[in-house]
Amino acid sequence: MSKELEFLSHSVARGKLSRRDFLGRAAALGVSAAFANTLLSDAARAEGPVKGGMLKAGLQGGESSNVLDPALNLSQVNFSFGKCWGELLVELKPDGGLENRIAEEIGSSPDAKTWTMKIRKGIQFHDGKEVAPADVMATLERHADEKSKSAALGILQGIDTMKVDGDAVVVTLKDANADFPYLMADYHLVIQPNGGKDNPNAGISAGPYKVTVNEPGVRYGGEKFANYWQGDKLGHADQVEIVVINDPTARTAALQGGQVNMINRVEPKIVDLIKRVPGVTIQTVSGRGFYPFNMFCDTAPFDNNDLRMALKLAMDRDEMLDKILRGYGEVGNDMPVNKAYPLFSDDIEQRKFDPEKAAEFYKKSGHSGSILLRTSDVAFPGAVDAAQLYQQSCAKAGIKIEIKREPGDGYWSEVWNKQPFSLSYWGGRATQDQMYSTAYISSADWNDTRWKRPEFDKMVIAARGELDEAKRKKMYRDMGLMMRDEGGLLVPFFNQYIDASGKGVQGWVNNPAQEMCGGYALAMCWLEA
Amino acid sequence: MSFPILKLIAQRIALGIVLLFAVSILIFVGTQILPGDVAQSILGQAATPQALANLREQLGLNDPAYIRYFRWLGGVLTGDLGTALTSGQDIASSIWPRLENTLFLAGCAAVVAVPLAIILGLLAVRYRNGPIDKIISAFALASTSFPEFFIGYLLVYFFAVKWQVFPAISTVFDGMPFLQRLQAVVLPATALTLVVLAHMMRMTRAAILNVMQSAYIETAELKGLRPFDIIRKHAFPNAVAPVVNVVMLNLAYLVVGVVVIEVIFVYPGMGQYLVDHVAKRDVPVVQAVGLIFAAVYIVLNIIADIAAILANPRLRHPK
Repeated sequence: MSKELEFLSHSVARGKLSRRDFLGRAAALGVSAAFANTLLSDAARAEGPVKGGMLKAGLQGGESSNVLDPALNLSQVNFSFGKCWGELLVELKPDGGLENRIAEEIGSSPDAKTWTMKIRKGIQFHDGKEVAPADVMATLERHADEKSKSAALGILQGIDTMKVDGDAVVVTLKDANADFPYLMADYHLVIQPNGGKDNPNAGISAGPYKVTVNEPGVRYGGEKFANYWQGDKLGHADQVEIVVINDPTARTAALQGGQVNMINRVEPKIVDLIKRVPGVTIQTVSGRGFYPFNMFCDTAPFDNNDLRMALKLAMDRDEMLDKILRGYGEVGNDMPVNKAYPLFSDDIEQRKFDPEKAAEFYKKSGHSGSILLRTSDVAFPGAVDAAQLYQQSCAKAGIKIEIKREPGDGYWSEVWNKQPFSLSYWGGRATQDQMYSTAYISSADWNDTRWKRPEFDKMVIAARGELDEAKRKKMYRDMGLMMRDEGGLLVPFFNQYIDASGKGVQGWVNNPAQEMCGGYALAMCWLEA
Repeated sequence: MSFPILKLIAQRIALGIVLLFAVSILIFVGTQILPGDVAQSILGQAATPQALANLREQLGLNDPAYIRYFRWLGGVLTGDLGTALTSGQDIASSIWPRLENTLFLAGCAAVVAVPLAIILGLLAVRYRNGPIDKIISAFALASTSFPEFFIGYLLVYFFAVKWQVFPAISTVFDGMPFLQRLQAVVLPATALTLVVLAHMMRMTRAAILNVMQSAYIETAELKGLRPFDIIRKHAFPNAVAPVVNVVMLNLAYLVVGVVVIEVIFVYPGMGQYLVDHVAKRDVPVVQAVGLIFAAVYIVLNIIADIAAILANPRLRHPK
């Protein structure tokens, strides 16, 4: 029976049998419709991608003030479009490992201070020139320039010197960093001809699509690059288009109406409704992004660890996850990292809601009066509700929280990283080291919990230079524990990326690194014939 | 009739220009009062103090305000609106396509809404206080009373999601065939029509009814003219001035007040462009858009004034 079904399903995939006939015959063979459908999509996958046509995405996160320069890409639309036209040295795989792209091989000296990146030969830029080591070095130079506005500036600051050595680029770091290859997967570091120094907005790199339409805040278009170095591996559709749809209702309507094939950022509260729409598939993946409550460890009253502990224990994480994210996430443990990161130890005890213990710590802290918590709609979706829920769970422990709702406009300049207790979001980083280095060492500009502990800084630096994975894992465990029990970071939950694909979209592979298959949805999916 | 009327029109236009200058000062002052600064907003959460300082210096944000005002005004007068701080693109050339889109949508809505409102107004007067009048008024008032996003979503739900006859999103672009473009704006134009209909219709109705009390209408009735002819020939011309005024107000609204509709239908018009740049504190763009909006208002009001003058013999021949 199964042989016959398999044969039939492949006939459908090749277009020799209609879908309806197949389901009919499957039913005759006593197979449930759900299973028959699974067989069909497996068969479609096995038949390989369908080439040609046009794939459209409706994405949130684009403004008319955007530019193509990868250094300045901050929002989702530019991120996804960057993956269509741009090519990186290395890319994060869905399993958290690295895939070599323009870099054919990355090796280091035993002290993890000197890194040699061999540049793959025969990769063409869209303008026909071959990618040379000099282009790679120029790209890194441009992003590492002190005057540059590149968002990757921070992660490149550890670079001491760079040089081109034959077919390789050799980078020497100021301090050892075992994670250096992961840093090169940063999505801003798109390799451009001469590093984009001549025209950073040209939109020329070596990705699967050439830029044909660039209307900031409206739409972007790409056309298949015939000489793409990976050939057929990516870029199945002849044309891709991104329509900027910032309004969530309009985005959903566009997917339902068939104007776009996929959308990002489905709101948790409507997921259950969207699920019922025929042809639409909800794509969720647990990521590294989280929604923190930040306390300044050096500002009263949060400079008292007993009070911080009380506030952490007074958080009802399960309720929060259930009501704010509708379960589309996982509870946090007051650390900025989770199991989506490599080298994470998942044996650290989960902190739970404990109003009695919270009250105990609160009493010990000697604090009295209400505590001001600042929130805003822009902190994360549902941030205002989250603050209110937290207010209620704190009340159970006898802690009085006063909520101040701040205007979204100016929240990131006036409140976040300026006020001692506020809500925020973090997108997550490629490695634990990157996350800790970005926001939890004394010298970090974005140290939004004012966690300034020389001994912690030392641990971060030591772990960074440690090439023995077992030892490193242990070090990260200790760091996590320290943050959890003494830090100013309160993490109720990590969020999931929730995207949706429309009728006939095949080839979707979730990537915990980012939404929309790590940004590659348009390049890796195809429309069922 | 020629001389005094030309003088009147010239006066109106001169007044309009003075007004525009006054508005330019207001816009400039207003944009200076906005909290936060451009550099911070451009870099957002990802701003390091160093990147901030670099950007501020590069954007010339350290000069005093009055110098920046005159520099800006000089630019505007010579047709140079400056460059956007966020994207570094020439503002004039990026505003044009947006303005065209906005005018296209406003035009489509106006072409339907204005005649429809006036005809409905005339019908309402003709059958005043009867069922037809009641139905027209109820429909128009109901459609205006709903918030525009609600009407927008209703249209999307039925026409785009359920029946799939029109697209849910109205993204238009250069080189789009005219018919396709028209199809794309059907839903937003319908929503706008419903929003502005009642105001114009009710005003037409009220203005004509006002005239209908006059003695000469009674005379016309006694002469035995058909009721609709009385309205068309005798009442309407005398009620044109207030109707034109309210039509112009609504046209201005169609151009400058459609941000919500633009967002719902993802229409690339001026409103969305303005909002994006306000959020990013891109002051030159906000100023330019503000000035264009002010100019639209002033020009349409001048037209309404002039139309009122032309329509009214008493204003046409002042003593």
